[in-house]
Amino acid sequence: MTDFFNKTDLSKNDAEKIISETLNNCDDGELYLENSKSESIVLDDGKIKSSTYSSDLGYGLRAVTGEVVAYSHSNEISKNSLKQSADNLSSTLKSKKGVYNHEIPRTNGKFYTNINPIEEKSLQSKLELLREVNNYTRAKSGIVQQVTASFSGEHKSIEIIRSGGEVLTDVRPLIRFNVSIMLEKNGKKETGVYGIGGRQSYDEYLKDDNWKKVCDEAFRIASVNLDSKPAPAGEMKVVLGPGWPAILIHEAIGHGLEGDFNRKKTSAFHNLMGQRVASEGVTIVDDGTLHNRRGSLTIDDEGTPTERTVLIENGILKNFMQDRLNARLMNTRSTGSGRRESYKHIVLPRMRNTMMLNGKYSQEEMIKSVDKGIFAVSFGGGQVDITSGKFVFNCTEAYEIINGKIGAPIKGATLIGDGPSILKEVSLVGNNMMLDPGIGTCGKAGQGVPVGVAQPSILIDKMTVGGTQL
Amino acid sequence: MVKDQDYLKKTASFCIDLAKKLGATDVTAEVGHSISETVNFRNRKLDESDRSDSLKIGLTTYIGKKKSSISSSNLTEDNIKTLIERCIDTTKITPEDEFNSLPDKDLLATKIKDLNLYDDDHIKNDEKIEYLKEVEEVALEKKEIINTETGFSESKSNFILASSDGFLNGYKSSSFSASCIAVAKNANNKMERDYEFTSTCHLHDMLKPNKIGSLAAKKTIQKLNPQKIESEKISIIFDRRISKGILSVLASAISASSIARGTSFLKDKINEKIFATSINIYDKPDIIKGLGSRNFDNEGVKTKELKLVDQGVLKNYLVDTYYGKKLNLKSNGRSGGTSNLYFEKGTISYKKLLKLNQRTLYITETIGHGSNLVTGDYSVGATGFMLENGVFKYPVSEITIAGNFNDMFKNITLADDLEFKYSTNAPTMLIEGMVAAGK
Repeated sequence: MTDFFNKTDLSKNDAEKIISETLNNCDDGELYLENSKSESIVLDDGKIKSSTYSSDLGYGLRAVTGEVVAYSHSNEISKNSLKQSADNLSSTLKSKKGVYNHEIPRTNGKFYTNINPIEEKSLQSKLELLREVNNYTRAKSGIVQQVTASFSGEHKSIEIIRSGGEVLTDVRPLIRFNVSIMLEKNGKKETGVYGIGGRQSYDEYLKDDNWKKVCDEAFRIASVNLDSKPAPAGEMKVVLGPGWPAILIHEAIGHGLEGDFNRKKTSAFHNLMGQRVASEGVTIVDDGTLHNRRGSLTIDDEGTPTERTVLIENGILKNFMQDRLNARLMNTRSTGSGRRESYKHIVLPRMRNTMMLNGKYSQEEMIKSVDKGIFAVSFGGGQVDITSGKFVFNCTEAYEIINGKIGAPIKGATLIGDGPSILKEVSLVGNNMMLDPGIGTCGKAGQGVPVGVAQPSILIDKMTVGGTQL
Repeated sequence: MVKDQDYLKKTASFCIDLAKKLGATDVTAEVGHSISETVNFRNRKLDESDRSDSLKIGLTTYIGKKKSSISSSNLTEDNIKTLIERCIDTTKITPEDEFNSLPDKDLLATKIKDLNLYDDDHIKNDEKIEYLKEVEEVALEKKEIINTETGFSESKSNFILASSDGFLNGYKSSSFSASCIAVAKNANNKMERDYEFTSTCHLHDMLKPNKIGSLAAKKTIQKLNPQKIESEKISIIFDRRISKGILSVLASAISASSIARGTSFLKDKINEKIFATSINIYDKPDIIKGLGSRNFDNEGVKTKELKLVDQGVLKNYLVDTYYGKKLNLKSNGRSGGTSNLYFEKGTISYKKLLKLNQRTLYITETIGHGSNLVTGDYSVGATGFMLENGVFKYPVSEITIAGNFNDMFKNITLADDLEFKYSTNAPTMLIEGMVAAGK
């Protein structure tokens, strides 16, 4: 645990006094303190390309009244600096009056342990493993032209001090191990990328030669793509594989169900609460409580314990994801979804681990039912226009389906659809739900936060595939 | 107030001296400070105010050909000392890399030209609010507009780049920006969103608020009631908002790192024709008040004007010290990328460009990350308009556009409407031979 008041002229009592004075006439707010350490070690082109260690410390003081948020942050934790921030907040909110909501649920739960993953594995052994990754991967075939492998680790301590002196703390480990490979055969180049991670030590993920599986998977994806032909263009049936392809749900549905867009009525979902937005078999939850998952949090960045929030149940829209501000304005409670990238950022309602739950069909049945379509197994990123509801995501491994059989691999293509209607096109939900490998970062309003996704295979009756073959 | 050069120089020199004392043979340090203030408005009401005060140091130590880096926002002397010790320890056990080195001394910037990148004007939050009120007033005059979100941001920055070779330079810069995102609704409750913005170094160069409000409203309303089109091969015009994206792809693909690592679709294409003969591309770092202007790159190397593409022929890569050594090229001051990158304007007017083909798809926005720099394949989601004989017929959405950059580059025709709104800029652009996927 970090003692934020150790090497500064600002005592905890001073801080509490400034917080209480500033937030006295506000509806909500807090002082958020953060101490984070992070590392990144990259092997590329057969060499250690970079090793970086970063240490970041700072605070953000927030006051909320009505719909207005006033925020001031600095990396100088001192009496002067905090006072300046307090003055800045008070001047923004000078004409507003609120009543501070002291209520905040507490938890004894903990979804990860207090480890510092950076220190748990020596630099020497990380460098050694990267060398092994390079040798192992290049030895697989003469067509391996480039190997990039990286460790990234983070240890973040946060402390939230609310008006009246209530203190909430959390310590969050996070790691990611990634391998990217480029192959070249007959003048054609293709890449494959795979990674794993979560909120445990590196070795939990890499032990028992697990790292070899990461290399193998990156190699496999690149090999498949070497034989790929141009992707088709137009509307067709799409079967999505289990796990990571659930970024479809994240983009198509997830963002549109975040509280802020719905309070502001700029989401295509804002007037659909209680209505059918998906086929009967579709249930989607956003869960912050899965142990050691990348998107999990013991408490969110406002101090609210996270939970498993049911967003869509058997096709009916049940809940939005809320932070405290949007919950208050929409007369509901926070779902523990208030998140921020760091002390430099304001709190927004965000996703944690977004999952479509199991149905009853097998993937084979789905593929068999398709005359002409594509089977998409692996994806790059995605993006959504909240207001129009249009979303995209990019395939990095996909195959054509012809007469119920998986055919040749096809080149990466973008798939585009309409969020509010896409889930009505889901005709079969699989029984093979899988979590993603722990690699997702979600971007919103310039803030990146770690998230997870999960789903079984699903059959979508109609989606536009953005290839070049007419 | 943003910290002055003396403070930043003192901090950087302290770090360099300490690292040398602890055993580094070479050191580089960058110290930067920025203060920014932002006010956001929504539907004529104050929504958010944000003040940011950010001081940061980055340091790289070398021991011979070994190298490691640290960065921190905690500038207490204790912490800096601990971090530099850690950095030295890490450097010692990191393997050697023959290409690790500081830049050649004769390439370092010696003269600093005043590019007029700093405006001392300060606009108070109350004045920002007045500006935003006017933006929203104008946008909300249109009855279709049901929501507006506007923001005004001012920031002042200062930095110092220092190295154990004696380089010690930096300068102040400022930025003022304002934006308006509008949402419009049609009779069936279907919504569309669009925006307008302005971003400049100097306060008085900003667009007038009524212009931002009216453009944002107009662009948003135009998008209402979109149609999905049939899948077809069609001529595509890229609006200036997105035509500049082609240059960003080019810049990534010709960076020395992509070339040296062999991961670029433009590898080995130097001195080859990759664009149509009419195409010239410049990277000009010394534009007065330019959004991408600079005197030197991330390593202190002097940044001179480069003609990257001359009559369609690729003439230069973007070279930094490390990958330059690997490719046997001298750094041309592009560590960290391009400065003010732009296409020389074309010879045909915007209006004539719209009429060149009988049917044209005019794209105003793309979504997704569909550029593959290894293969050159391109596939993204798009929205825009269908043009017939140069006339805007109806808005289009939920489609994708796809092609391969190798072909796309050769089929570009540019209008003569180049403007410098971003750091990377392109005129309106016609590309023939791409495929749009819809129904």
